Amino acid sequence: MGYHWNWGVFLQPSATGSDTYLGWMISGVEMTVALSLSAWVIALLLGAVVGVLRTVPSNVLSGFARAYVELFRNIPLLVQLFIWYFVLPELLPVSLGNAYKQSNPVVQQFLSAMLCLALFTSARVAEQVRSGINSLPRGQKNAALAIGFTLPQTYRYVMLPMAFRLIVPPLTSEFLNILKNSAVCSTIGLLELTAQGRQLLDYTAQPYESFIAVTLAYLLLNTVVMFGMRWVEARMRVPGYIGSK
Amino acid sequence: MIIIDNVSKRYGDFQVLTDCTTKVGKGEVVVVCGPSGSGKSTLIKCVNGLEPFHRGEIKVNGVSVGDPKTVLAKLRAHVGMVFQNFELFPHMTIMENLTVAQLKVLGREKAEAEERGKQLLDRVGLGAQALKYPGQLSGGQQQRVAIARALAMDPVCMLFDEPTSALDPEMINEVLDVMTELAQEGMTMMCVTHEMGFARRVAHRVVFMDHGCIVEDDAKEAFFAHPSSERARQFLAKILHH
Repeated sequence: MGYHWNWGVFLQPSATGSDTYLGWMISGVEMTVALSLSAWVIALLLGAVVGVLRTVPSNVLSGFARAYVELFRNIPLLVQLFIWYFVLPELLPVSLGNAYKQSNPVVQQFLSAMLCLALFTSARVAEQVRSGINSLPRGQKNAALAIGFTLPQTYRYVMLPMAFRLIVPPLTSEFLNILKNSAVCSTIGLLELTAQGRQLLDYTAQPYESFIAVTLAYLLLNTVVMFGMRWVEARMRVPGYIGSK
Repeated sequence: MIIIDNVSKRYGDFQVLTDCTTKVGKGEVVVVCGPSGSGKSTLIKCVNGLEPFHRGEIKVNGVSVGDPKTVLAKLRAHVGMVFQNFELFPHMTIMENLTVAQLKVLGREKAEAEERGKQLLDRVGLGAQALKYPGQLSGGQQQRVAIARALAMDPVCMLFDEPTSALDPEMINEVLDVMTELAQEGMTMMCVTHEMGFARRVAHRVVFMDHGCIVEDDAKEAFFAHPSSERARQFLAKILHH
């Protein structure tokens, strides 16, 4: 194999001159982190709300929540991204749509990508939250109601605190997924980690170095998430309860 | 205090309760017994609206439970309930279990709620466990905490839904002792239980249910001495031999 390895490429000034290629990688990591984190926060909040709605004793609310989940988890992520980025601005009222299209392209890409990842993931989070709530002993809800809590208080003080503890492991997977899924957003031109890797390849003709670096960066990010969530799980552990000492 | 008037309930085609009528006067202790599946638990859950019913009326302290205008949360705040499986909140310490509803439902100050909590924990003999979590206590201890948690709301009456059925035999008495003491202090109590010794000791009346009907509703002495129905006689014969 006549491949010419050149790890020094990262320290060379980039083609645009203002930065090194390593700088490109770092800015890609920053974009991926900003995108994934902001989408994750929205996904958690929305997912919690939709997941709760799926379990309330109201056919209208639980039906709505169910439709939401089925909509966002049954359309391919890539298709959803294109809808958010290409189609939705056309469906907005004209003045709003124009204002959006005239805004900074990076802002447009970021907003579309963030909403897309957030809603896609929120449907999956909602299912985890629902299963967490449903796996609580049935008597817990009755006990909370019997002591005088309203239904919202029952969720707030009794059911959700335990349900969230139970679903930390599957939520960890969703957090890792959102980081990996963010790579899809390179297709609309958002310069996150994967897009920077491709750009690096185009400019340097060093595919192995480029994508080995990208791979390591994703691995590193996900390792941080994993340890972070493990820490959360340990902190939230209830003494004397299943799975604790 | 509790008036149950012609209450019926069904799940689909299955009739769970048929025309149940009984009452619990102020300061009275009524034990509800009967074979499993006879509707005892369902009936007691109807009293604080945890189970809806289709016909009839239940009044607690003058408030109609089935009336859509009744704010059930408000009613339940003053009707204590103790469950078969304790149902303490596992992520809260024992003290938090006792204070959370005082704070969020009754709007008491934290110091006042903790004072009341401590008082009741001492009373059920668990003053030293305040900072532990439910999972670190035995079943009998958890059930005593559950009783204390209900009492912390200063209830006008207490409902017990098979409070000793999930306990190891050696822990049953510590819970019954607390209940007996409560009865002797004049608490209005409705207890679904198979503990006939407890019934003999403290009950004023015994209600016997079978197939969703109240078959017998007698003063304690009459029930144990000469039950009027054949079904109750069989039931007593079976469980009193142990």
